[in-house]
Amino acid sequence: MAANGRRRGSVRLVHLLLAVPFAAMIAIGFYNRTEPAFAGIPFFYWYQLLWIPLGALLLLPVYLAEERARNNGADVGKGDRA
Amino acid sequence: MSAGINATASAVFIVLFGAVTILGFFAARWRRGDLSQLNEWGLGGRRFGTIVTWFLLGGDLYTAYTFVAVPALMFGAGAIGFFAVPYTIFVYPVLFAVFPRLWSVARRHGYVTAADFVRGRFGNHTLALAIAVTGIVATMPYIALQLVGIEVVIAGLGIHGELPLVIAFVILAAYTYTSGLRAPAMIAVIKDLLIYITIIAAVIFIPAELGGFAKIFAAVDPAKLTIAAGNAANWGGESAYVTLALGSALALFLYPHAVTGVLSSSSRHVIRRNAVVLPAYSLALGLIALLGYMALASGVKDMPAYADGFARFGANYAVPALFLQMFPGWFVGVAFAAIAIGALVPAAIMSIACANLFTRNIYKEYINPSVSGAGESQVAKIASLVVKVGALFFILALPQSYAIQLQLLGGIWIIQTLPSVLIGLYTRWLNPWALLAGWASGIGAGTAMAASLNFKGSIFALHILGVTIPCYAALSALILNVTVSAVLSFVFNLATRGARVDATGSADYI
Repeated sequence: MAANGRRRGSVRLVHLLLAVPFAAMIAIGFYNRTEPAFAGIPFFYWYQLLWIPLGALLLLPVYLAEERARNNGADVGKGDRA
Repeated sequence: MSAGINATASAVFIVLFGAVTILGFFAARWRRGDLSQLNEWGLGGRRFGTIVTWFLLGGDLYTAYTFVAVPALMFGAGAIGFFAVPYTIFVYPVLFAVFPRLWSVARRHGYVTAADFVRGRFGNHTLALAIAVTGIVATMPYIALQLVGIEVVIAGLGIHGELPLVIAFVILAAYTYTSGLRAPAMIAVIKDLLIYITIIAAVIFIPAELGGFAKIFAAVDPAKLTIAAGNAANWGGESAYVTLALGSALALFLYPHAVTGVLSSSSRHVIRRNAVVLPAYSLALGLIALLGYMALASGVKDMPAYADGFARFGANYAVPALFLQMFPGWFVGVAFAAIAIGALVPAAIMSIACANLFTRNIYKEYINPSVSGAGESQVAKIASLVVKVGALFFILALPQSYAIQLQLLGGIWIIQTLPSVLIGLYTRWLNPWALLAGWASGIGAGTAMAASLNFKGSIFALHILGVTIPCYAALSALILNVTVSAVLSFVFNLATRGARVDATGSADYI
């Protein structure tokens, strides 16, 4: 672990993105209302539905960062390949 | 409609069900492996790539019961039922960050279950037994509830009696026995196609027919359209909503069937990739939840044609009634087949996961330690049959409410394995006896909270410093569990000077 500390560090920072959907969903005081509605759908519903694709999009840079880190050599040969 | 059998719908339903049955038996030949080994029968040889894992996990996590119960909750209780959406949003970052570690260590050491891992990590077979038993007990009522999904749609077709349900389950048991995890993996592909076709048709066709989403939401009692707002003294429904979503998400991947799905993938990258693409299902689930409101707007509740169904199944009949009302007969057959097949996939995976736990962590550990690989696989096949017969008995012999209450308790129980399994993936600092004490206190407190609610609900109001905080009992019991585990670990570690038996090394997790 210590040997590749720098790589781990940069990967970890990107990991903060994983917390964003959590924050968005825990902030229920913000989205627990009906206005503004979108296409007849109250805010409460479309806000949460919108966070499904947003949550997936936020995972993407984390995934790519880990892929890059792997291609830089650290994890290869540890049963990590598809 | 309630009087006679819906012939067109039934014919389409039976044809689709038959096709899936053939596929289930054929699955034994797919990516052929030696099915007399537990690794092959119970984990598909750990060879499933990104696409198969996507179908398998999707089929596993979004069960028929979900498709029936989530809209039913929206139909009956309103906005609180939408917790299924934040729940799935919480799930994927956890899957992404945590579970590749479990995959790696399981691959390195040949672990088939979460209890295998705990046994290796903490070198304590009592703790491993507690984890295994919790998994089996929490999953059994879950399998029983899948049957409710099948039962509801069979009744919706106008077919009476319990024979069709028994036939469906015998078929399921037979192909799970012969094909192992390969059967649900293959059937999951068909299930998903049918589910997606149904959902897309439903969200395009039904709102158009009912006059748009504004009309649909207008049919909902305004008080139920959002969560009861909280204030400084009482956090109201808002804390209940968020803790319900969070607790359910943390519990999800501790369920044996989810662990089985994760461990059967061919690499940790398959798991990460799936965490990115699985949310496509969440979108479907969100739309399915809204079917509950569409059922309200369609007025099926007061139509005499559906009175029998609602009398028998309550709100769980909302979606079948909506489909019967809105769709032509042949498409009702497709939609109902989607739900019924959607029950078979998770029921198969759950019974396999329970069988793996029994074989590895009870039979091999306590009954016959010298069992051969082929013997293990044979025991697991028989165990999977016993589990399914048990579930069938459960549904036919006991009131349905027992299964629902036990499933609710199952969620509270399974989350108590989190410190041993999830925290265990990161640190060996926790002492196994402390973890066992934490597990027991979490199960005790969680069960007591549910009992105080007469097992009718799982939202228990905590009173902390004069503030009332309604909280999902699983989550508050987990906090107690983690606290007990940590405090006792500190004490025990001082007493034992931190001596450990750990079969795994830190490099095994990467």
